[in-house]
Amino acid sequence: MNFEELLAKNKTAVIDKWFGVVVDSYPADTARFIKSQKDPFANPVGATTLKGLAGLMDELLGEMNHDTINSFLDPIIRIRAVQGFTPSQATSFVFSLKKIIRDSVINKKPDDRQIITELSHFEQKIDLIGLIAFDIYMKCREKIFQLKANEEKNRTYKVFERAGLIKEIPGGGQES
Amino acid sequence: MSDPKPNELIEKIDYNPSQKGWMDVPVEIRKGMYCYASNPKSVEYVGLPHARPWNPLEEDWKLPENWKEIVHKAFRERLDRFRSFKVFMDICVRCGACADKCHFFIGTGDPKNMPVSRAELLRSVYRNDFTTAGKILGKVAGARELTLDVLKEWWYYFFQCTECRRCSVFCPYGIDTAEITIMAREIFNLLGLNIDWIATPVANCYRTGNHLGIQPHAFKEMLEFFVDDIEEKTGVKVEPSFNRKGADILFVTPSGDVFADPGTYTAMGYLMLFHYLKEQGLNVTWSTYASEGGNFGFFTSHEMMKRLNSKMYAEAKRLGVKWILGGECGHMWRVIHQYMDTMNGPADFLEEPVSPITGTKFENAKSTKMVHIAEFMADLIYHGKLKIDKSRNDNLKVTYHDSCNPARGMGLFDEPRYVIKNVCNNFYEMPRNTIREQTFCCGSGSGLNAGEDMELRMCGGLPRANAVKYVHDKYGVNMLACVCAIDRAVLPVLMEYWVPGVDVTGLTEMVANALVMPGEMERTTNLRGEPLPGMEE
Repeated sequence: MNFEELLAKNKTAVIDKWFGVVVDSYPADTARFIKSQKDPFANPVGATTLKGLAGLMDELLGEMNHDTINSFLDPIIRIRAVQGFTPSQATSFVFSLKKIIRDSVINKKPDDRQIITELSHFEQKIDLIGLIAFDIYMKCREKIFQLKANEEKNRTYKVFERAGLIKEIPGGGQES
Repeated sequence: MSDPKPNELIEKIDYNPSQKGWMDVPVEIRKGMYCYASNPKSVEYVGLPHARPWNPLEEDWKLPENWKEIVHKAFRERLDRFRSFKVFMDICVRCGACADKCHFFIGTGDPKNMPVSRAELLRSVYRNDFTTAGKILGKVAGARELTLDVLKEWWYYFFQCTECRRCSVFCPYGIDTAEITIMAREIFNLLGLNIDWIATPVANCYRTGNHLGIQPHAFKEMLEFFVDDIEEKTGVKVEPSFNRKGADILFVTPSGDVFADPGTYTAMGYLMLFHYLKEQGLNVTWSTYASEGGNFGFFTSHEMMKRLNSKMYAEAKRLGVKWILGGECGHMWRVIHQYMDTMNGPADFLEEPVSPITGTKFENAKSTKMVHIAEFMADLIYHGKLKIDKSRNDNLKVTYHDSCNPARGMGLFDEPRYVIKNVCNNFYEMPRNTIREQTFCCGSGSGLNAGEDMELRMCGGLPRANAVKYVHDKYGVNMLACVCAIDRAVLPVLMEYWVPGVDVTGLTEMVANALVMPGEMERTTNLRGEPLPGMEE
């Protein structure tokens, strides 16, 4: 059995542990809720995270399609980007998958050189997802700052407009 | 000293949060999660005490020296004055039914945003100061002394509650956590600790009649600008009247409809509807003085709410109208439905509202004398009084967000849905535990719709956005309808972050786009200037 077959066999347990790592980044009372509430509309953080991690695991074991990875990773990072986590806290869960796999899969075959080699290749794929997570995190933060700036801009613009300080340029556009 | 080993470095990184009890986790006031402090000029303008510049991030909040005494006295007075508050302080058994129902808890993941925990921030001091068990047993009985850190914690978390009352739906004792937040905010105002996004609209409203501080002539000019816009798009010149004595009905709506997109299209919708109904006997006037339906006084104190609300009745009396028609607003309706009648009423000088078009008596408004535009329109449609071309809204796949206050505050569930289904062909409900009385808040109500608290707004709006995303992905929903001006201002931003591709509309805007006006030219665009279905180039 090669490494990926071994991992595929333990997939559910690995995803569970991975989910546990993300959930435990929240305070204990919150973590309990996120783990136990199964309704996706009552618990969007838990449902989005679990669905995302399962999807990412499929990609790690499959095509590693960038768009598909994005579609599963973006919703998780998008939530963590507004929840007061530092950039490293928001994205570190991706890398913690390495330890989970080593602890729960590799420990069963510690001396199998082929598996160790395959693992190192697999870990590069995890790193790639980690890097995509940084990209998404930055994109979300930039969006937040853009939304904040827009709110301020709209407010100021309205004040100028009301005061009659905005002049329309014939043929479109504005100047103040 | 030797260099640290990689293992030692890694062990120092701990992503797990503190495991201490909630009382021992000090508050950390984080940027993006709070609104700026009130402008002292606005505080002074309405005669509230301790106006001063201060910054929530600084150690010194420049509180009055006797602030503890002020809080204790204010707490006592409110316990004596409001029986509900006293009961809410005593009766909670911490069963946790409310805990996971709050959009701020779900979105932020901060356990102090569980409604039970947020209330416990206040309750712990209540036990310490006002109960024998708390005085004797202290922390064992869940009591703690009021310190500066506790006050800061109150401030931070009671401005992370939108008073939406979703938690109260699930409380077996019927504890209304919004009322607890209301009391906390009243106390903050006695210390000069309001946020500016509330304080300045309140001062503006007191001065000019609306939150934005628009003077009467500018309010009128803005509506006249809409008149031109409507004529350009429909070929029909509508003729609104202002401050007209002898009108039967006074129309009051939030100023957001007049000054903020996409609310402006809803305002155009009102103008078109009133024009359409004129020949059928509708005699309505706008007021440039009662130019605000919203009431940020509600987020300040009972007295301020009463003061700002009174202008509606005063203006109705001055103009001699029979009753008041209210536009699409959120908390305006909670104030009207639950407070106005006993606060500034009874409005004996007004009549029980009767639709001049259909003869329907709005018995539900018998006491307040104020009818919601959604029920007014639903009644018109039911009686076949509006000529509608639904296909003009065929480009829309619509879902409906129950705005918290009209939904939970006054039970307005079916009328807006009836109207939507009669003016468009594609309507899809969000999951049942996210609508009607269980609706999720927009995350920006009760004065939290500022720009600086964007992270808080995005967290608070997550459960709502998550349900919209579901119908967007499943049915291709591209329009989120609502009946609240704050919703119309904040949901577009929420959608831009969480569900790009979904826009926001008021109910009346959809009605106006579908309304076949007598004498209209061929309609090629909607009120936003976008081509109607089949009219794309």
